[in-house]
Amino acid sequence: MAEKVLMKGNEAIAISAIRNGVDGYFGYPITPQSEVMETLMKEKPWETTGMVVLQAESEVSSINMVYGGASCGKKVMTSSSSPGVSLMCEGISYMAGAELPCVIVDVMRGGPGLGTIQPSQGDYNQIVKGGGHGDDHNIVIAPASAQDMYDFVDWGFELAFKYRNPVVILADGVIGQMMEKVEMHPMKPRMTDEEIREKAPWATTGKPSWRNYNIITSLSLDSDIQEEFNRKLHAKYALIEENEVKYSEYMTEDAEYLFTAFGCSSRICEAAVDILRSEGIRAGLLRPITLFPFPHKEIKRLAARMKSMMSIELNFGQMAEDVRLAVEGQCPVGFYGRQGGNIFTPEEVVAEFKKFNNIQ
Amino acid sequence: MNIEDIKKPENIVYRKPALLTDNIMHYCPGCSHGTVHKLIAEVIDEMGIQDKTIGISPVGCSVFAYNYIDIDWQEAAHGRAPALATATKRLCPDKYVFTYQGDGDLASIGTAEIIHACSRGENIVVIFINNGIYGMTGGQMAPTTLLGMKTSTTPYGRDAKLNGFPIKITEMLAELDGTAYITRQSVHTAPAARKAKNAIRKAFEYSSKGIGLSFVEIVATCNSGWKLSPVEANRWMEEHMFEKYPPGDIKDILK
Ligand SMILES: Cc1ncc(C[n+]2csc(CCOP(=O)(O)OP(=O)(O)O)c2C)c(N)n1
Ligand code: SF4
Ligand SMILES: [Mg+2]
Repeated sequence: MAEKVLMKGNEAIAISAIRNGVDGYFGYPITPQSEVMETLMKEKPWETTGMVVLQAESEVSSINMVYGGASCGKKVMTSSSSPGVSLMCEGISYMAGAELPCVIVDVMRGGPGLGTIQPSQGDYNQIVKGGGHGDDHNIVIAPASAQDMYDFVDWGFELAFKYRNPVVILADGVIGQMMEKVEMHPMKPRMTDEEIREKAPWATTGKPSWRNYNIITSLSLDSDIQEEFNRKLHAKYALIEENEVKYSEYMTEDAEYLFTAFGCSSRICEAAVDILRSEGIRAGLLRPITLFPFPHKEIKRLAARMKSMMSIELNFGQMAEDVRLAVEGQCPVGFYGRQGGNIFTPEEVVAEFKKFNNIQ
Repeated sequence: MNIEDIKKPENIVYRKPALLTDNIMHYCPGCSHGTVHKLIAEVIDEMGIQDKTIGISPVGCSVFAYNYIDIDWQEAAHGRAPALATATKRLCPDKYVFTYQGDGDLASIGTAEIIHACSRGENIVVIFINNGIYGMTGGQMAPTTLLGMKTSTTPYGRDAKLNGFPIKITEMLAELDGTAYITRQSVHTAPAARKAKNAIRKAFEYSSKGIGLSFVEIVATCNSGWKLSPVEANRWMEEHMFEKYPPGDIKDILK
């Protein structure tokens, strides 16, 4: 049996980074995710695995440190919360354009502006639809437990290197702050220089005589070359949509009504499904685990046999738009959400469900 | 005697540095960028560190620096090169890491990045090309633009009331404990270029000693932006830029 330890989601990110051979973490404090860097600093991984941990002067700097480290073929990451991620968007776009792998953790809080420090899912559009200027996509994975926080670091880097693309772990304040038991997997060593040369032959590792020099850039002044590159990027995104969609289903087998929810909302919806089932109402839940790529096909397939669907989010219905696109009008799609850092209870979700479906 | 008889190794007094590529430079004739590139290429070659050097080029006229020197390069967002360099050096401590930044890049949009890289004492080299103008975007005011100097956004000359004062960022950085070597040079004459090259070499050597950041400002010309011929631009630089930005060493902690 692997070791199980009680920890916060944010701590799980830090511990997982050390245990999964991450080379560098660069960050700037912001609630509700400061425990990530605090845990790393306490653990001093530079003395054990050699991992570099640095508190940057801003999120603008931390994402550009990630850009520099990723350019060297290293496994590098940062974490922040909504306002900080806004500052990172230029850097994220540059990394998409330079095709650099990295993992960015966004522990979302209520917005807009400085907003609240309480949980939110209000940055869905910002992160899932792009994350910076230009015609690009992040790979976005949405944890719903401290265990997911732990596991998604390694999975995130696997996807990031496989596709040479930024990966965002889109969490929320609940998942970051909540304490749960986390199962530790065996330690993975950091990549050797040899492995980096093999895995990232494009990286700036110093030009030896036997190869041309490597350039990490997102610049081309020629429209045709840029268009060609954008086509290549979009072929990559199509491949990601083909191969990497991940979701989970709860009580969908015989369901007549379907909730869609991600992150902490999906945990609350599971409890709402249980309440409805206890009253004889056949409800189920689809939780997208990858938000890009989005489980369009699976939602479309399930929608064909639903009386209705409802998207439950801590925002004003950002994912609901994607759900409606996927459903293609096969059944009505409702929405319920809370904002500003407020969270719905399962009972509240059940009441809204009944209102939407005219069930007494 | 024909030309082939003269072309002997012992007779060669000048050649293109081995590490300058054959790509045609996009810089305007007379621009200082090309000269500084040449000096950097020579230093890297002479130190034998081509396979250990990573250059970080910024947004600015030198954005295509990566086309000209035969080493691995990262192209940074406007102002952010010191952040890239910080991570690169910390993750690859056996490498020589340098940034190459303009005055707009380093002293305006990237002020936070350079100050904190200096303050942390990152073991990197910074080459700072101060031409007192935004060359790439067509000659707008830079933080280093002199009072009275005309640019496309100060068409009547820089006015302190309206535009603030020119910033002597190099002197500011010398105040920070993390900097090891800070110097100001120029490349407008052969002797000046020789001195600048020595300074660049010293900066590269210092960067492997673990003693902090080395910073070489080059007071440079942008004849296109200044709307002067190359020769006039050199004269104008000597007469005006040197008064505000006098060449010479500002800090050397090993001296
Ligand atoms: C975020 C951002 N803002 C503005 C620009 C436009 N821009 C490109 S280069 C430049 C100024 C460059 O001036 P300097 O750093 O002095 O370099 P020079 O061209 O003079 O060598 C600006 C404003 C940009 N590329 N990115
Ligand atoms: S615009 Fe100025 S800085 Fe740019 S290449 Fe021409 S002379 Fe050099
Ligand atoms: Mg300039």
